[in-house]
Amino acid sequence: MAEPAVTRTAVLDDREHALRLFRQMALVRRFEERTEEQYTRARIGGYCHLAIGEEAASIGAIDALDEGDALFASYRDHATALAVGSPPAAVMAELFGKDTGVARGRGGSMHLLDVERRFFGGWGIVGAHLPIATGAALAFTYRDEPHAVLCQFGDGAMATGAYHEALNLASLWNLPIVFQVINNQYGMGTRVDQSNAEPELAKHGATYRIHGERVDGNDVLAVREAAARLLAQAREERRPSLFETVTYRYRGHSVADAGKVYRTPEEVQSWRERDPITRYGLLLGEREIATGADLETIWDEVAAEVKDAISEALAASFPSRDSLYEHLYGDDEWREQFGRMAAGAPFGERGEEPEWQT
Amino acid sequence: MADVTYREALRRALDEELDRDRDVFLMGEEIGRFEGSYKVTAGLWQKYGAERVRETPISEEGFVGAGIGAAMMGLRPVVEIMTINFILVAMDQVVNHAAKIRYMFGGTVGVPLVIRTPGGAGAQLTAQHSQSLEGWFAGCPGLKVVAPSNPADAYGMLKTAIRDDDPVIFCENLVLYNVTGTVPDNGDHTVPFGVAEVAKEGDDLTIVAHSYTVQRALRVADRLGQDGISVEVIDLRSLRPLDVDTVVESVRKTNRMLVAEEGWSTFGVGAELAARIQRACFDDLDAPVERVGAAEVPMPYSKPLELAALPLESKIEAAARSLLRECGL
Repeated sequence: MAEPAVTRTAVLDDREHALRLFRQMALVRRFEERTEEQYTRARIGGYCHLAIGEEAASIGAIDALDEGDALFASYRDHATALAVGSPPAAVMAELFGKDTGVARGRGGSMHLLDVERRFFGGWGIVGAHLPIATGAALAFTYRDEPHAVLCQFGDGAMATGAYHEALNLASLWNLPIVFQVINNQYGMGTRVDQSNAEPELAKHGATYRIHGERVDGNDVLAVREAAARLLAQAREERRPSLFETVTYRYRGHSVADAGKVYRTPEEVQSWRERDPITRYGLLLGEREIATGADLETIWDEVAAEVKDAISEALAASFPSRDSLYEHLYGDDEWREQFGRMAAGAPFGERGEEPEWQT
Repeated sequence: MADVTYREALRRALDEELDRDRDVFLMGEEIGRFEGSYKVTAGLWQKYGAERVRETPISEEGFVGAGIGAAMMGLRPVVEIMTINFILVAMDQVVNHAAKIRYMFGGTVGVPLVIRTPGGAGAQLTAQHSQSLEGWFAGCPGLKVVAPSNPADAYGMLKTAIRDDDPVIFCENLVLYNVTGTVPDNGDHTVPFGVAEVAKEGDDLTIVAHSYTVQRALRVADRLGQDGISVEVIDLRSLRPLDVDTVVESVRKTNRMLVAEEGWSTFGVGAELAARIQRACFDDLDAPVERVGAAEVPMPYSKPLELAALPLESKIEAAARSLLRECGL
């Protein structure tokens, strides 16, 4: 096993790094709270899944990525995009369906991505992005590139067949990938021990002869340290691993779920007492890295950043109707290829709309 | 320009594309030492090694997904699904992922993936191994779907597919593998997508088909020709993009159309063409568009029943004669 690439001590010794982690978690928390509010104001449509409470599990691992590594996530992906550094205004614009959104308004909440920052998508079908992330790791091996893939997913994904096929292939083929299950205790309203015969999820690694490891997903430094070590192992030894981060979501599965019928208020409260951001803030105080006032300043700054993101996203334009057929195919030849398909078609594959449709 | 089989035409295209571009690699069940269930990849594992001709476990959802991921990173995987029937366990990866990725992500990432897979029936392979499902994929925006009917097109279209920047479902056919024909020696010979071919010219009736059914249609045309009936056979070659213009042009000449296909007619390729042709050629048609497809049952095992279910030449011929009779021919 590779040594920790960056220990928790090393993070705390680097004040800028230590504060950056706090800032990212605070930004996600405020962004998600404001997103919830924007949804209730009907500025966001469709499904909308919030990661409030899970900030440390997601951000701690993403912080351990090196340049050139690739990241895949589930549909609970607002935190993912913000953690890789996508501009909050472009993320919010995507939620609003605007042309300036990260997916030009084609994807929405569940399908954020930022290819430039090596974030290859929020994916909407539970478990199905695991084989795809495995293929990205295969590409690194095929090209002999020294990178790793971090693939994040929820505990619900571990009951799917795609999960099994992905881990089996990754181990058989010695691929550089860390499968990170963000175990937030529930797949929608089904508790992890009701969906998985072995609810200690890290133990599944044994089935594939890969290292499995469980850490406290509400301890951002523990997550970061383990992720750094596992990613280094993936890059150096070309072996996958299964990384379980145990955490909790305070909100329901999506904004349409109040999150009440399948759990008790006491349970939610018990997790709030282990809140990842509060805990980390206290640690920064204890170690005299930041004062309460320093952290307040950060909270104010991220609140302003989110406010600006909302304003900017609100001001942005929606995609034009004329752009409906853009991005369907990639090569320049597709319009020519499809050019002989229009006859007798009510929907005009050439991108033209018949008069009765406009 | 020696005659080669459809199988050899495919093998040659794969060989040349593997040689031309290191980003191209093959993946699938038994495609290495075993040389593929239908021997399309014969010799390639020995020539290019296990990394470029990657054998997979029985894990279609897994390795189709892995092909998508590798393609998103810029490689050009050619995935073999042993028969089209097995693609059903990977349907989520094909329809929900490969087809959606470029559009859903605003054009920022693409999937230059080819999935090769044979359909077809007639060897008593029974219900779970005798389907022609290409129409399902042809109805899905984001995919390209092709189904060549002869060795030259198999060769040229596989090259086009591998060089294409989007996911292509490349439909082969179990019966076609041993069909022979000439293939150009030019290693850069490609056949464009979205251009149908007039396989035989005629004036009285247009028969439209794809894949192996084109061969059946050509034999039916010969037989009808002996009775003085002039049949035009159109080989669609691509299903998505679909070259409707060539069909329209033909129907404007013959005023009659029959669509034959190996899959079920209901919601099939013929249904799509009938809808488009009635709209584009309403004033040109002398008779309703006719369709011939497989009997709408799961394919039975027993030989007489299987023959009763297949869209054989005798059925296509009978449907053609009946259509012509309606027109007094």
